[in-house]
Order: sequence, then C-alpha cells, then structure tokens
Amino acid sequence: MAADFDINREMSKIEAPVISFEHVSKEYQKGIAAIEDINIRIYKGEFVFIVGSSGSGKSTLIRLMLKEILPSKGKVFVAGREIGRLRKYQVSKYRRSIGVVFQDFRLLKDRNVFDNVAFAQRVVEAPERLIKRQVPKMLSLVGLMDKRKSFPNELSGGQQQRVALARALVNNPVILLADEPTGNLDPKNSWEIMKLLEDINKRGTTVVVVTHNQEIVDSMQKRVITLRNGRVISDEEKGRYRYAKN
Amino acid sequence: MRKIRTLFYCIGQGIRSIWKNRVYSLASAGTITACLLLLGVFYFVIANFNYAVESAESLVGITVFFEEGTTEEQILETKEKIRMRAEVADVVYISAAEAWENYKAESLNEELSATFGSDNPLEDSASLEVSLSDVSMQKILVRHVESMEYVRKVNHSESIAESFDGIKTLLWIISISLIAILVAVAVFLIRTTISTGINVRREEISIMSIIGATDFFIRAPFVVEGAIIGILGSVLPIGILYLVYGEVIRTLKEQFDSVFTAMNFIDRTKIMQQFIPLALIFSLGIGIIASHITAKRQIRKIELQH
Repeated sequence: MAADFDINREMSKIEAPVISFEHVSKEYQKGIAAIEDINIRIYKGEFVFIVGSSGSGKSTLIRLMLKEILPSKGKVFVAGREIGRLRKYQVSKYRRSIGVVFQDFRLLKDRNVFDNVAFAQRVVEAPERLIKRQVPKMLSLVGLMDKRKSFPNELSGGQQQRVALARALVNNPVILLADEPTGNLDPKNSWEIMKLLEDINKRGTTVVVVTHNQEIVDSMQKRVITLRNGRVISDEEKGRYRYAKN
Repeated sequence: MRKIRTLFYCIGQGIRSIWKNRVYSLASAGTITACLLLLGVFYFVIANFNYAVESAESLVGITVFFEEGTTEEQILETKEKIRMRAEVADVVYISAAEAWENYKAESLNEELSATFGSDNPLEDSASLEVSLSDVSMQKILVRHVESMEYVRKVNHSESIAESFDGIKTLLWIISISLIAILVAVAVFLIRTTISTGINVRREEISIMSIIGATDFFIRAPFVVEGAIIGILGSVLPIGILYLVYGEVIRTLKEQFDSVFTAMNFIDRTKIMQQFIPLALIFSLGIGIIASHITAKRQIRKIELQH
C-alpha cells in the first residue's frame, strides 16, 4: 500500500517549486478549454496573485490544485508529487496541507465562531485538547478572540472572512489558496484581509490569491500571474494588474 | 481513543440528522415496522406450521404385518434387517399377544373381552412398528419392506410434509412478494430521508471535503442514521409480536379446542429468540445498505458540484 501523502515530508526533500503546472489544459466540455497549456511554478514561501477576468480560468486553477478536478492534459505537481496520481484515500490527507478561503466565506451558520474554526480540526479527527489550544491561537491571530461565541450572521463580511481564514489556517497548511477573498468586502475590510494574508505569508506559508481587485494587486507589489482566455499572458515579479481584459 | 471519538461524533450527527428530518425518518422507520410485522406474522405461521408437521411426523411410521405362520424368530430377524437401514430411527416388535391386549384395552370393555377367554383373534397380527429418522425416505422404505420375505402387508400414510408442501410454498410466495414490495418502499423512503439530510448539510459536506475529511468520516453519520432508522423500525414490531403471539396461541387453543389441542405451538421465548436476530439483521441491513448507497452517490455529486 502506498504511504500517505505528507506535504511537509515531501517539501523537506526538495527545494522548489511547491506548486507546478506543466502544460496543463482543462476542458469541461469537449472542444471548449477553460485553461490551455498552462505552465506555472510557485516556490515555497511565495505570495502570488492570479488575476484575470471572469472565465479566464482562475478558479479552474484552484480546483486543480485541490484535486477537485483532473486536468484533461498535462500534470499538476504539489511538493514534487503529481497530485493526479494520488489515490482517493490519499487526497483527504493531501487537502489537510492546503488551506482554502472563498469569496462567500462558507461558514456554518448554525455554529459559532469557535465551532466554525474547530470544525476544520474536528473533521480531521484532531484531539479535543489540540482543538482547545489551536483554535484560540488562530482567533487571536485574526483578531476575533472576543467574537468566539458569536454566530456568522452577527458578524460583518470582513469578520466572517477572518473566521474563514482562521479555519483555513488552523491545521497549519503549507499552502493557502484564497479564491477572491475580498470579493464581498468593502475596501477597508479588503485591506485588513490582505494584511492578514501578508502576515501569514511572512510566517512561511505559500499564499496564492485569485482576485479581481486591481488596487490591492497594484499596491502590494507581489508576483502577478495574469490569465486571459485560459492562457497565461504574463507572469511578473512585483507585477501589476494590467492585462486582465479579454 | 480517536476511533471512539469519531464513533460518538458519527452517532451524534446521525441522531441530529434524524431529528432534523423527523417526518421522513418516521416514515422510513414506519415502513420498516410494517415490513417486519408482515415478516413476523408469516414467519410465525410458517415456523409453527413446520413445527406442527415435524411433531406429527415424528409420530408417524409404518407398520409391517407378516404372512400367516411366520415365526417370532423370523419376525425378529426381519426387524434387525429393517433396523440396520439409515432412514430408520427405531423398530418395535408387537407380538400377537401384545396386539390383542392393546386392542382389548383400547376398544373392549371387561365383560366383552372376557367372552373371548384365552382365544386371540389377532393370532397372525404380530407386527413391527417402524419410526423414521427421515420421513422423506418413507416411500423408498415401504417399497423395500414390501419386497422382504415373510412380509404380508405394510401400512403407511402419505408423508404429512408432502401433503402440506403446496400450502407451504404458497405461503412463502405470498410472504416473499409482500415483503419484497415493502422492502422496496422502505429503501425508497430511507433514500429520500438520507438525501434530504445530505441536502440540508450540503454546504457542510462540501467544506468537509475541501478541508480534508475522509470519505468515511463524511459518509459515516448518514450510514449511522440509516442504521438507527432500521433499529427504530424494528423495536415496535418485535414488541407487538411478542405481546400478540402468546395471546393468539392461547385464544386459538381456547376457542378452537378440538382442532388445536393436539397441535403443538412453538414456545414464545423460543420463537422470539429466532425472530429477533432475523428482524434486526433485516432492518439494520435495509437501513445500512440503502443509506450507504445513497450517501456515496449524493456526496460524490456535491463534491463535483462545488
């Protein structure tokens, strides 16, 4: 039986890249490519923006990284291992090493802030004592310790996204994927979330942010990969949001 | 420790889900109850029927009569030959004197029997009473004994089992058909219940999958839910059948004294010992299998739709 996929162990064996797309194409319908011949390498500790207009293939990249879908052509490597070859029982272990936040937060409305964050640990069967230690730590990191008993509908959009971030981080992921994390937030809250993502990145987590937010991308001076019609049209260190229009 | 925690989590989620979808859960459990009630009634009828037939058959045997002038020695020699056969349980020799004594005791009063003096009208009626260990072999044995030396006549009745074979088959066909229909309804309702539960928790399942919960962890609460519905559905029929069985047997014996006095019924404790495991396997089986299949299919759909 093949060993479980442990991203930390795999990463310790290699220098880079942590994420690699090699000639990846994805067709949802025959003849209509969502992405085409994508070649991207993301290194450990990088902060990367993926930009592009709707339908440019940004979310497809996220779904491929999570192994929710498989490429029609090419290979996706994470920590040097082709994730398309992961067996079904290995996928859950693999996903524990990746934190994800979404535009719509995806919080459980019937649970309070503490339980929403603890949920991520409970579903991976973490011991309760670890949950009691780790959840407050994450809530302090995102500045919501005082809201731990509040329910999602009692929080602002920015606060909800911070809960989602705490949930994504509570299992100590090596990679954090953020799919339009500021899409539902006002500028002030958007900046707060981006600052948090930057802090998380400084602690060593590789952060990949899919976004439409030109102001943030232009201001943060990070690596920017631009997609158009499913193809990479630019990949710049300290890039700007400028080639997104289809 | 981790497994125990997971088990409790799954049971907790299962109970929560049943409560949230209590109308569907109740309908599913109710259908299983109906299934088991029917199954129970047919099971009890058939089990008692078989029991009565077996009891009757154990009393049935064949009687072998001998030609005039056959000596006791020759009869006992024949007895040994019959006794050696595999299908034979026992052979009893009834001498002519014993036969006459038995007849007098059963059918004649003292006055009448005194008129016979020392005469034995059943002089040539010494016989062998053969009981069988396997009644299905009766025909073969009769044919064999009839062909034996000194044998004049073999008395036998058709096997009771054979006579009732048709009725038993009919009972089975009716019960299996009815149960099959009810099982189909129960499976449909359980699938609807589980699907509803999954739909209510669609968002949660999608998050669980992305966060890295195993398939087992996501699916187990729904299978637990199915199992609990199965168990709930079996409690009522087991209770009802336990209470009703004793009453029915008593009433039958009281009301239809002439018919049922001679008939033996299976003891209530004994029949329940047979029926309860059967009922639990049946209800748990339906609950677990139906919920497992539904959960697997529905959760896969959610994962793909995310």
